Amino acid sequence: MTATAERPATSIFRRPRSKTGLWSWITTVDHKRIGIMYGYAAFFFFIVGGIEALLLRIQLSQANAEFLTAGAYNALFTMHGTTMVFLFVMPASAAFMNYMLPLLVGARDVAFPRLNALSWWVFFFGAIFMYSTFFFGTSLPPAGVEGVAGNLPEGGGPGSFNWLANSPDGGWFGYQPNAGPFYTPGTAMDFWAGGLQILGLSSLVSSVNFIVTTFNMRAKGMKLMRMPVFAWMTTVTAFLLLFSLPIIAVALFMVTTDRQFGSLFFAAQNGGDPILWQHLFWLFGHPEVYIIILPPMGIVSEVMPAFARKPLFGYSAVVFAGAAIAFLGFGVWAHHMFSSGITPVAQAAFGLATMTIAIPTGIKIFNWLGTLWGGRIRFTPAMLFAIGFIAMFTIGGLSGVTHSIVPADWQETDTYYVVAHFHYVIFGGAVFGLFSGLYYWFPKYSGRLLDEKLGKLHFWLTFIGFNMTFAPMHWLGLQGMVRRTWKYAPEMGLEGWNQVVTAGAFIIALAMLVFMYNWRKSRRRGTVAGMDPWDARTIEWMTPNPTPEHNFSESLEITSLDHFWHMKYEEDEEGRPVRRADADEILARLEDIGNNPREPIHLPSPSFFPFLIGLGVPLIFYGIVYHTSLVGKGLIVLGALIVLASAIGWGIEPADEPHYGHDDHDEEHGEEEVVEVHG
Amino acid sequence: MAKSGRLGRVLTLLGLALLLGACSLVEIEDAALTSWKPAGPNAERIDDLFWMVFNIAAGVFAFVVVALIVIVVRFRDRSGAKEPKQLHGNARLEVVWTVIPALILATIAVPTVQSVFDLTGCDPDSMRIQLTGHQWWFEVQYPDYGIDTANVVVIPAGEEACLEMTSDDVLHNFWAPALHGKRYLVPGQFTELRLESYEPGEFWAHCAEYCGLSHSLMRARVLALAPADFQAWVEAQQQPAVLPAEGTQAWEGYQVFVNKGCTQCHSYRVDGEGGNIVPADAFNGPDLTHFASRNVFAGAVLPEYGESREDALRRWLADPPSVKPGSYMPNLALTAEEIDNLIVFLEESR
Repeated sequence: MTATAERPATSIFRRPRSKTGLWSWITTVDHKRIGIMYGYAAFFFFIVGGIEALLLRIQLSQANAEFLTAGAYNALFTMHGTTMVFLFVMPASAAFMNYMLPLLVGARDVAFPRLNALSWWVFFFGAIFMYSTFFFGTSLPPAGVEGVAGNLPEGGGPGSFNWLANSPDGGWFGYQPNAGPFYTPGTAMDFWAGGLQILGLSSLVSSVNFIVTTFNMRAKGMKLMRMPVFAWMTTVTAFLLLFSLPIIAVALFMVTTDRQFGSLFFAAQNGGDPILWQHLFWLFGHPEVYIIILPPMGIVSEVMPAFARKPLFGYSAVVFAGAAIAFLGFGVWAHHMFSSGITPVAQAAFGLATMTIAIPTGIKIFNWLGTLWGGRIRFTPAMLFAIGFIAMFTIGGLSGVTHSIVPADWQETDTYYVVAHFHYVIFGGAVFGLFSGLYYWFPKYSGRLLDEKLGKLHFWLTFIGFNMTFAPMHWLGLQGMVRRTWKYAPEMGLEGWNQVVTAGAFIIALAMLVFMYNWRKSRRRGTVAGMDPWDARTIEWMTPNPTPEHNFSESLEITSLDHFWHMKYEEDEEGRPVRRADADEILARLEDIGNNPREPIHLPSPSFFPFLIGLGVPLIFYGIVYHTSLVGKGLIVLGALIVLASAIGWGIEPADEPHYGHDDHDEEHGEEEVVEVHG
Repeated sequence: MAKSGRLGRVLTLLGLALLLGACSLVEIEDAALTSWKPAGPNAERIDDLFWMVFNIAAGVFAFVVVALIVIVVRFRDRSGAKEPKQLHGNARLEVVWTVIPALILATIAVPTVQSVFDLTGCDPDSMRIQLTGHQWWFEVQYPDYGIDTANVVVIPAGEEACLEMTSDDVLHNFWAPALHGKRYLVPGQFTELRLESYEPGEFWAHCAEYCGLSHSLMRARVLALAPADFQAWVEAQQQPAVLPAEGTQAWEGYQVFVNKGCTQCHSYRVDGEGGNIVPADAFNGPDLTHFASRNVFAGAVLPEYGESREDALRRWLADPPSVKPGSYMPNLALTAEEIDNLIVFLEESR
């Protein structure tokens, strides 16, 4: 593409033009590059959260152990949960959504490419804000207690790593009033509340983008019921985000004003209600569970048909079950609060509502089994993780049903039984699904295959380590191991199984080392994948690997579900696929045209402004944390100015420079409207 | 087909055998806080419900996993295998696997809802015990008897006692798994939990909601006594303490107690001159009048396993926050002699 030196009259900066190097990544609006950045950031935090978990596990491997101080332990479990949910699983899903959604629906990018870059940079700087608490945060004894000499043990008391104790330690759930201004003063929990607020903003922006992308950017003929299931689950998840994030945003603002400006929404001694926080948190927090699990469910719904060489069994049932789970997910939040003293009527109602979620979940599991039944199953690492997903997620789903049995939940809640349950769902479910997707779609990113032998080793180590880690937590919890417990007494009899758990955690760590080695090795030297390495079914494989910048060289016309498969195969009278005579020709032509487009292709232009806005947002939040000082007030003004100026710059900058000649769809118009909202 | 049917049956039996074996393997003997040894009607009802649902869930799991194993073995890719038929679904099957789970859930929903209502709240005539959560100990008061004690909830066996619970600071969650499930202690609100034990016995309890720095060190005991013993206990608790004779070591300990700041937080009901000690401080600690009648202290964390109460007290009085991080009881910089005297005084406070 030739660059013109001419600067359009409306623009402040010269439009960025780098195609390689740091600036190209900072200014990119390419959904694939944004997806890659999300992916690496998510994996980085997976490792960080994992190291936090290993430290916790060392502490718990002995009764009355004193490896970590109590303060360090509490901070680590808070940050482990916060990291894994908001800085690992959600951005990991976002990586797949960003990279794959346009490819799956046959588009050249998402609906609002600059907005997409904004989501990423807000996430990036939000994550930095959150983790800067390790450097800047403070965690002090309850208000008034400072006066009592010697209340805090010297050096944090028995144990080491006490320097970690100055990070958020109110739990990822931030229950009030413990995480409020009286019982956890200091700035650490403000970093937590502000960090979540910023990360929520990022996801909210993404959700709008994905919804509009699915509804407006599908290729010709790609009816909604011809969309791959992952595209469907992305859309459903985006709606969940859209409706649930405003709730946590409000709740976090209430906490922030409680902590910073004395609003006392949740302070009981002033007439506030600590249980209100739980309602608000879980009204977001339970849909969040489905925000975590639905995208990986979509991934395995792509992987299983590919490696069983059969269409997804009951496609429409799987799609509607996903939507039903999302819908019901908004009506079950109080099952997190069965022991909080809500009335028996409320407990019964939420218990019953929770049970109903098992029905669409069951539909999904049985349809996956139906997909595998009668197939020709190839045990690639992607497929192993997908099959592992079914088995492990089934355990997590069934232990979820035992939570809906309200009286049983009175025994289970706040014990390790719950920790076991949600790790079977989030790790055995979501993380297995995400790894399945990584092995499956790695060629789209690198043009190569991840090593299969190492991949199988990775799977089996993960599978064994995972079950050693989390299965014993079921019976540990029911036999008296409460959650968030720094120490347990020897009389509680919990030591033996806790050692098994800790050993399992280290096996998982080993599995991740194998995976990272495989990634590093295969990215440069792996087997070259070619265009269609899995003999796949969906249209993302109709373009070469690695994916060209413009995704598809020609506009597609979709005629059926699994369109790509039907281009290659027809069915004999028994319903078995027979490869078309011209299949190889079709593939060769697609690969050639993908790499050598016949006509110039218009792509949205890169922009500085998403990065700049992303940079400005956390400055405002730093300012709020330190608002009592002049520096804090200055930071608020500075951050606000950066955001405002960048938004104006964004507003008057065309989505694509005229010389790109990009006028074949109405992307620009749509983007302008959204910019106004953010300006 | 017949072959795979046999395979399925063998795998199912194997799975069930494994499950039964696993259940006995994972049961921890003498787990002090287990929910698997219900000792009263409420916990027993929950236990029955849990195992009923567990067995159904285990059956569903066995079905799914056996099906999964059969499928991946039978339909694995083999050289020369035919291409699979391109089945898109089956409406009848969809109905079946929607309706059957719904029926199973409806079956377990009935006893669930029944027991929610049956197990909530208290009999209006049952004995009231006020349980107040503090960071990090439980205050136990008997309004009918004028008793104020800590960390050990004493109830008569074979009768229902009603805990009326609230919190003085953050959320706590009282859990005595042998007797009932959990219930929050909420600042500014009152919750109820009924406790009943079939037989006399001592049961562990724990705060289950994260409540700050030393959440893991907030435990309690429930002591169920035979009705006659319970009456004797009530009468003993109602007695004020008898001050130690002047010149004894206990008397020296009492002087430490009065003069070194203990009385800013701890109350002590005295018979005779000197009068009752009732601190007005915001950080009230446990009443120590009958300290030695309780087998545990400091949130039922001390004495630790195998430790004598004297040793535990010595450790605790020397530096409470090093035993319980964040403890509101500060290090009072007592000398070894003062600690020894205090221990004798406290040990005589029966």
